[in-house]
Amino acid sequence: MTVGDVDAARNGFDPSALVTEWETGTVSLLPDGRTLRTFEVTAEDKEIEIAPGIMFPAWTYNGRVPGPALRATEGDRLRIVFKNLGSHPHSMHFHGIHAARMDGVPGAGLIDPGEEFVYEFEARPFGCHLYHCHALPLKRHIHKGMYGAFVIDPDPARHPDQADVARSRLLGTPENAGWQEFVMVMNAFDTNFDNENEIYAVNTVAHAYMKRPIRIVRDKPVRIYLVNVVEFDPINSFHLHANFFDYYEQGTTLTPTLRTVDLITQVQAQRGILEFTYRDHETGLYMFHPHQSEFTELGWVGMFDVVEAVA
Amino acid sequence: MNDMLGSTAAASDPVADATEKSRRSLLWLVLPLVALALAILWLLTTDPLRSFRNGAPPVENLTFERTILSSAGISVLVRAGGSEPMTVAQVQVDDAYWQFTQDPPGPIARGATAWIRLPFPWVLGEAHAINIVTNTGATFGHEIAVAVPTPARDSLSLFHQGVLGAFVGLVPVAIGLMFYPALRGVGQGGMNFLLALTVGLLAFLFVDALEDALELAGEAAALFQGHVMVVLAATASFLLLMAVGRRHGAPAGLALATFIALGIGLHNLGEGLAIGAAFASGAAGLGTFLVIGFTLHNITEGIGIAAPILKKRPPLAAFVGLALLAGGPAVIGLWIGSLAFAPQWSALALAIGAGAILQVIVEVSFFLMRSSGTGLRALVAPGAMAGLAAGVGFMFLTAMLVKI
Repeated sequence: MTVGDVDAARNGFDPSALVTEWETGTVSLLPDGRTLRTFEVTAEDKEIEIAPGIMFPAWTYNGRVPGPALRATEGDRLRIVFKNLGSHPHSMHFHGIHAARMDGVPGAGLIDPGEEFVYEFEARPFGCHLYHCHALPLKRHIHKGMYGAFVIDPDPARHPDQADVARSRLLGTPENAGWQEFVMVMNAFDTNFDNENEIYAVNTVAHAYMKRPIRIVRDKPVRIYLVNVVEFDPINSFHLHANFFDYYEQGTTLTPTLRTVDLITQVQAQRGILEFTYRDHETGLYMFHPHQSEFTELGWVGMFDVVEAVA
Repeated sequence: MNDMLGSTAAASDPVADATEKSRRSLLWLVLPLVALALAILWLLTTDPLRSFRNGAPPVENLTFERTILSSAGISVLVRAGGSEPMTVAQVQVDDAYWQFTQDPPGPIARGATAWIRLPFPWVLGEAHAINIVTNTGATFGHEIAVAVPTPARDSLSLFHQGVLGAFVGLVPVAIGLMFYPALRGVGQGGMNFLLALTVGLLAFLFVDALEDALELAGEAAALFQGHVMVVLAATASFLLLMAVGRRHGAPAGLALATFIALGIGLHNLGEGLAIGAAFASGAAGLGTFLVIGFTLHNITEGIGIAAPILKKRPPLAAFVGLALLAGGPAVIGLWIGSLAFAPQWSALALAIGAGAILQVIVEVSFFLMRSSGTGLRALVAPGAMAGLAAGVGFMFLTAMLVKI
């Protein structure tokens, strides 16, 4: 395991906090009664510490890697005000449904340093998605840190048959409060730029959740929004120890696409939702990691610290 | 005109003139140094090279000098050669971040060394790769081709290495010298042949030592300028030995034999270092066959040493001394080499050996010219050519037994 600790204060973000942090934007009502959700995102160059003592010259959204985990509700009108304060042209390419003009590829929302662009589209389909920079060269822009989770919660009103399930997914409802939700972006860093990664992690910092396990209250079910953005390696995976989970591929359904598995694989940009519980387990430390031993030993491994409910 | 002025000045006050002269030459010695100090001061204070600073990270270089495998894990000695002090941030072993300690801790200054100690459960006979990641994310890899425990410095392993060294260096030289009585009867033709054979085998050793020295120098940290160091060390040892050897005229007889033994001894020191290092790094599983190869290979060395003393028989003690001088260093080399010494020291030893061998090549050639009485023609006579070919050929063929 890596030796030492990462200075979270200098980085300006802490994986322990980031794992439950959602950016829900500013909400207002449009004249037609729909919700307008506005996000502000800036591209910035920033040197970050990705493992104890190892600095990486990252390109970031809002000064953090991964970028803010944007969360909206199905049907929201989204407005993302994007400013490029970096040294290279950048964009935000959303995995979602939108017009060609809003795609974030060259000629459609790819902006030079100092410029600003507003992406506008409707939040759909519901699910666990991602956004990333689509400037060229693509590999470099992605592995330098320009990516983030983009979650669209289902609108219960649009899914009357499974309204309860939809409500449990909708941030802010009492049903949703009964869950413990985490966002995990599986990423990696090529520190010597030889097109191979030296550091693997979930939410950037190698071994962060080994040194500070993620606390889980035993009785509360767990939902993980998992996104893979690892560059250079064709595949990544998630394996849960001593337990099995239900999996919603890309999160676009309200019934699981895989039931009772303890391992799923994801290619780059593949993502999904994992649901499981430690209700019937002993308390203790339960490991999670990709079942590529190499990634595990190069930093992408963590622990859930399952504890009794706190009164 | 100048002479006239000089003599008038000298005539006026020779003592004052001499002090004035030495004072002036002292001034001319100090002035450039002051200029240098001022230039450095100017560089440091006004920073005129500021415009060259382009935001690029510092140049980093790290050389692995020693690798020690023990029950406690793996220890590597690294030497920093960066433009600025370097910081080891993390260490991978076989693509896994591993716990490590650094001794001494902190950034490693240019030219300085530090031990990196990893409590890694290495596997006997298998390969491992160490990869050091610095704070800038640069990586420096080192391969352990075959993991074997590094010989410890206990008396038993020293004894075993001593035995091995004796078989590689001492025994063959002694056996070669035992041909002495048989060789004594040869006439001038046979003598020429034997001397040419000596030159041939020495020529082989010279090329061999130089090649090994240059190869090892390539593995050393850049700041040692390995290849330049090898050439300089070889030249220096050649010139020094030439000067020493020629103090009382060209060496002949026992003196020449001693120089041959010294040159061969220095070569054997380097060879011992190489064998010891190969042993320590697990690169060579030293089989009996290989040892026999070395023994055969080195037997000619004894014959070469005997050649110049065929005409006048020295006392028995001289033979013992010659054998020890030529073969003994192999034992010492093995001892030092098995402790996994840094490549630049082995390169240095081999380079000094190469210079010493060159000196004896020159001296034996002169001796051959003199003793045959035909001058330069002696070197190209059929007998000498045959001896030369036999010497090089025998060394080359027996080397086939030991080169892996």
